[in-house]
Amino acid sequence: MRDRIRTRMGDGELVFLSAEEVREDILAGTQDASQRAGIPELNSEESDQLFDIIAEPSRVVSVAPGEEIIVTDDGCSMSFYSGQDSGGVGISMNRMQAVLTYERACAADSTSMGHSDYSFKPVKPIINAEMNDYYTISLTTTAPFLYGAQPNMGLYFQPDGPHPNPANLLSQGKIKEAQEVQETAAEQLYQDLVFVGKKLDSIGCEGLNFDTAGSAGDADFRAALRAISDLKAAAPDMPIILGGSGEFVLGMHAEVTFNDKLLAGMYPHQQAKVAAAAGASIYGVAIGTNTNESIAWNIARAATFVKEAVAAVDIPVHVNVGMGVGGVPMMEAPPIDSVTRASKSLVQIGKADGL
Amino acid sequence: MHVAHIFASGMGGIRTSGDLVAWMQLIKKMKIAEAKQYVAKTLGVELGDLTNEEAMRQLREDLGIGTITSVTGSPKGIRAKLKIADLLGITINSVELFKSQIGA
Repeated sequence: MRDRIRTRMGDGELVFLSAEEVREDILAGTQDASQRAGIPELNSEESDQLFDIIAEPSRVVSVAPGEEIIVTDDGCSMSFYSGQDSGGVGISMNRMQAVLTYERACAADSTSMGHSDYSFKPVKPIINAEMNDYYTISLTTTAPFLYGAQPNMGLYFQPDGPHPNPANLLSQGKIKEAQEVQETAAEQLYQDLVFVGKKLDSIGCEGLNFDTAGSAGDADFRAALRAISDLKAAAPDMPIILGGSGEFVLGMHAEVTFNDKLLAGMYPHQQAKVAAAAGASIYGVAIGTNTNESIAWNIARAATFVKEAVAAVDIPVHVNVGMGVGGVPMMEAPPIDSVTRASKSLVQIGKADGL
Repeated sequence: MHVAHIFASGMGGIRTSGDLVAWMQLIKKMKIAEAKQYVAKTLGVELGDLTNEEAMRQLREDLGIGTITSVTGSPKGIRAKLKIADLLGITINSVELFKSQIGA
C-alpha cells in the first residue's frame, strides 16, 4: 500500500491507486473534455504538474505564494445558519453576523447574501425585506458584498409555477408546445431578474450574482444574458457575475439564441464569450463531477475546460468549486484533501482568475 | 469547504489585499494578473506583498481602508469603502449612495 497514492473517487470514496492508474486517469479526463468541447488536451507538462498535485502526500495542498487568486462565493455565509439541505452547519446567527464572520473570521475576498431558497422568483414578493437587509449589512462590510440567487426557470413550471411543465410536454412529443412554454416562462424570468436587479441597485448593491444560470436549459440561460444586458444599461455601476450550471448548456428548447449564437450545447469557453458579450463582470464556469471516476480524472477534465475558457475572454473567469463541481467530490462534506487539490490545480493549470 | 479554498488559493480578503483585487475584478473586469498589478502599483508595494500580512496589516491601518482585527475607531465598513473607492479610483455603488445621503 505504501507505493500507492491515497486519493478519492468523485463521490468522495477513499481509494489507493498506483502512479500508473493516476496518470491514466489524468489522460482520460483531459481527453474526455477535449473530445466533447473540441478543445486542446492538457499538455504533458501540465499533466505532470497535475500528477504531482494528486500524488503530493500532504493532506492539504495550496498554491505557491504570489499565485493566489480571488475567491468569490455563492452564499457561503448562508452556510453558517442554514441546514443540511443547503450544506449549512445550523448555527443560530443572523445574516449580518454570518456575513461579517465570513469577511473577518474567514478572511474571504468577497461576501454575499441571498434568500434561503436562493432563487429570484421567491425574492420578488419580499424584495423590500431583502433590500432592507442588504442596505443595512452593506454599511458594515468592507470587502465586496454581493446579492446572489439562481435564475432557476424551473420554478415557473408546474407544480411550482403557473406554466405547463416542458419536461412533460416533451415526453408526450409536444415539442413546439414545450418550446413555446419555455419562451413564455423565460420572458417572465427575465422580467423578474431585471426587476430584482434594479431594486437592489437602487439601494447601492455592490454586485449581483446570477448563480447557476441555465439550470433549466438554454431558455433559462438566455433570460439571464438578456437581463445582464438590460441591467448593465440601467445600472452600469452594479457588477454582475454570471455563473453557469454545467459544462454545456442543456438544449431543453434547442433553438434559442443570444447575439445570433445558438446557446444549446455551448461549452465553457463559448459560455464565457456570450457572458462577456452580455456585459458580465465575471463568468463562473461550472463543470460537473463524475462520481464514478477518480479525482485525478475529474480535475484533469475540469482544468481542461477551464484553461480554454480563461483564454477565450478578457473578463475574469472564476470556477465553481462547491460540492460536485470543478473536480470537488459530490458529497455533503467534501474531503479537504480533494478540495484543496482541485483548488490548486484549477489555479495553477487552469489559470483561473478566481474560484 | 469555503475556508479550504480560501486557505489553499485565496488572497486573504481584508487580512491582506484580497478585497482590493476583488473590487478591480468586479468593477473594472480585470484579469487576476492585471488586477494585482494595478492594486500593487496603487498601494506602492511589491506584488508579493499583496498577500503578505506583515506588509499589508499596517498599511491598511495607515490608509484607513479596514483591518482584519478590530481597531477601535479605525474605519471599517462604508467609511473604509469610501476610502477604497477613492484610493483605487473606482465607483462603488454603495459608496455613491452613502455620499449622496451625507451631502458629500
